[in-house]
Amino acid sequence: MFYREAGQYKTTYEADSAIFPIRQERFAFWTFLVIAFVVVPLTASPYLFSAILIPFLILALAAIGLNILTGYAGQLSLGSAAFMAVGAFASYNFVLRVPGIPLLVAFGCGGLSAAAVGILFGLPSLRIRGFYLAVATLAAQFFIVWCLTKIGWFTNYSASGVITAQALVILGYTFDTPRAKYLLVLTIVALMALAAKNMARSNTGRKWMAVRDMDVAAEVIGIRLMSSKLLAFAVSSFYCGVAGALYAYAYLGTVEPEAYNLDLSFRILFMIIIGGMGTILGSFLGAAFIVLTPILLNIFVHTFAQSLPSSVSSNLEPMVFGGMIIYFLVVEPHGLARLWQIGKEKLRLWPFPH
Amino acid sequence: MQFFFEVLIGGLLSGVMYSLVALGFVLIYKASGVFNFAQGSMVFFAALTFVGLLEKGLGFWLALPATLAVMIVLGLVIERIVLRPLINQPQITLFMATIGLSFFIEGLAQLMWGANVRGLELGIQDEPLQWVSDVAGVNVSKFDLVAAGIAAVLVSTLAIFFSRTRIGRALRAVADDHQAALAVGIPLQQIWGIVWAVAGAVALVAGLLWGARNGVQFALTFVALKALPVLILGGFESIPGAVVGGLIVGASEKLAEVYVGPYVGGGIEGWFPYVLALLFLLVRPEGLFGEKIIRRI
Repeated sequence: MFYREAGQYKTTYEADSAIFPIRQERFAFWTFLVIAFVVVPLTASPYLFSAILIPFLILALAAIGLNILTGYAGQLSLGSAAFMAVGAFASYNFVLRVPGIPLLVAFGCGGLSAAAVGILFGLPSLRIRGFYLAVATLAAQFFIVWCLTKIGWFTNYSASGVITAQALVILGYTFDTPRAKYLLVLTIVALMALAAKNMARSNTGRKWMAVRDMDVAAEVIGIRLMSSKLLAFAVSSFYCGVAGALYAYAYLGTVEPEAYNLDLSFRILFMIIIGGMGTILGSFLGAAFIVLTPILLNIFVHTFAQSLPSSVSSNLEPMVFGGMIIYFLVVEPHGLARLWQIGKEKLRLWPFPH
Repeated sequence: MQFFFEVLIGGLLSGVMYSLVALGFVLIYKASGVFNFAQGSMVFFAALTFVGLLEKGLGFWLALPATLAVMIVLGLVIERIVLRPLINQPQITLFMATIGLSFFIEGLAQLMWGANVRGLELGIQDEPLQWVSDVAGVNVSKFDLVAAGIAAVLVSTLAIFFSRTRIGRALRAVADDHQAALAVGIPLQQIWGIVWAVAGAVALVAGLLWGARNGVQFALTFVALKALPVLILGGFESIPGAVVGGLIVGASEKLAEVYVGPYVGGGIEGWFPYVLALLFLLVRPEGLFGEKIIRRI
């Protein structure tokens, strides 16, 4: 009743190709943005910013990156954390070695470096596919982290390998409070998510989806496999690289190879599977799920199961986490974004059955 | 030259251990097309259960069948609870489910038996064989040799099981085409149950040998990561491939560590097999013994 498009006529091409064609959706979207940009910064506590919101946004950005590669272009990758590491370390070195470089430009250069590395490790995708490719991307994961650990130039010959990230200064303003960092991250993520959404709706995105659905058929109708696959790797790695730089500068405050381990790659992959492959919204939902679940589990264990010894509760956490992942996959293999779709369909009829 | 052979043989023998883990992957992939990431956790679970039972006072020959039973039950339960509801889902969904499963199994294992590192004594010394050192001047560990022997027995048993028995034929039929197998009356779910149970048994063997070698600890789960390059070298569907791939990976990584490692700062064992497998895939995209899939529209 409240969610139907009856009477909303599309009279221009612009209206026809809008991201949110229905007025209620536009309204909801703008309300959401206002909440994210105005209400949340005014009300949230520093803990909420630095423990939940900032990692959520950054990991959502990385998930968008992986979603471009895996969800849209169909190339399974287990090395996203490595591309994040490239982005972080490249940004660090650009800031360190190029005097006077603006930080955002350094982030961009970090992303571009990650894109270059991504293309390099994407080359095997022209020959191999499926799980063979997934295992091949593990090569990127281990090799890159090893390089960053062993080659002193990347870490500026720091003895411990853990470097403090430079201060976040943009146009003379220092982003040092959690709130300021949150706003910076939110702005970057919102802009890049918009770009990703538009890319997915454009010619490029349709090419990727054609390659994903059947690459032989895509080739037959004249899509260049090589350029589309490599472009997907480049764009995906760019997103991961920027996310990695933000992860180091806005969340961890340090640049260290160990933060970008295989575990992080898997978490990002979980995000897109649980959120929904091939949707931008799904990247956010999945990131929220993966970031929030361990925290909620922890709170739950501490409030309701205090009598348990810590050895039991620390082992229960991965069990519940793993169990939830399996449960979600069994109940809705297409992810949370699909649930949202179903919910919308229901909402159109509500409260009348027909 | 003698040193070279020593490294080579040591590498080959440790490669056999990789093959053991890879074998579990291959079994499941062959029969159900599932890339079972939880295999490493199953290895860990098996080793921990075995050690735990030993600590409870069971004798070796009692703990072994008990653990085997636990692994078989675990395999059957996984098939029933995780895989059956996910029939017909894309492979990546199944893959993710097995990653979730690996979290679950790791938690369960440590919940049941505690998280401290334990030793495992199989009664085989990890010492060089005297007569080989005397004759050829090369040190070969007794333990490695026994492990290789066990692996050889296991592989031949599985090969015979796959090619000679009724269940084995059914397994191969299922691997070939799920629907066709169903159509001729092969009970798919039973077959999958059997495969997961066998994979559990293989995990037990791998867990015992790896546990005896490195101690029973959480790091056993990373053994699975070592097995992945073996898989892509040998091909996901091939049991001989797992063995040959294991040998290649084991030998080359040890040689690389010894001869190349010092020049680049060491620690290259972690990624060298992957890069090797990657380069190899560029030449043969389906692995050494993998099935060549002809793709058409």
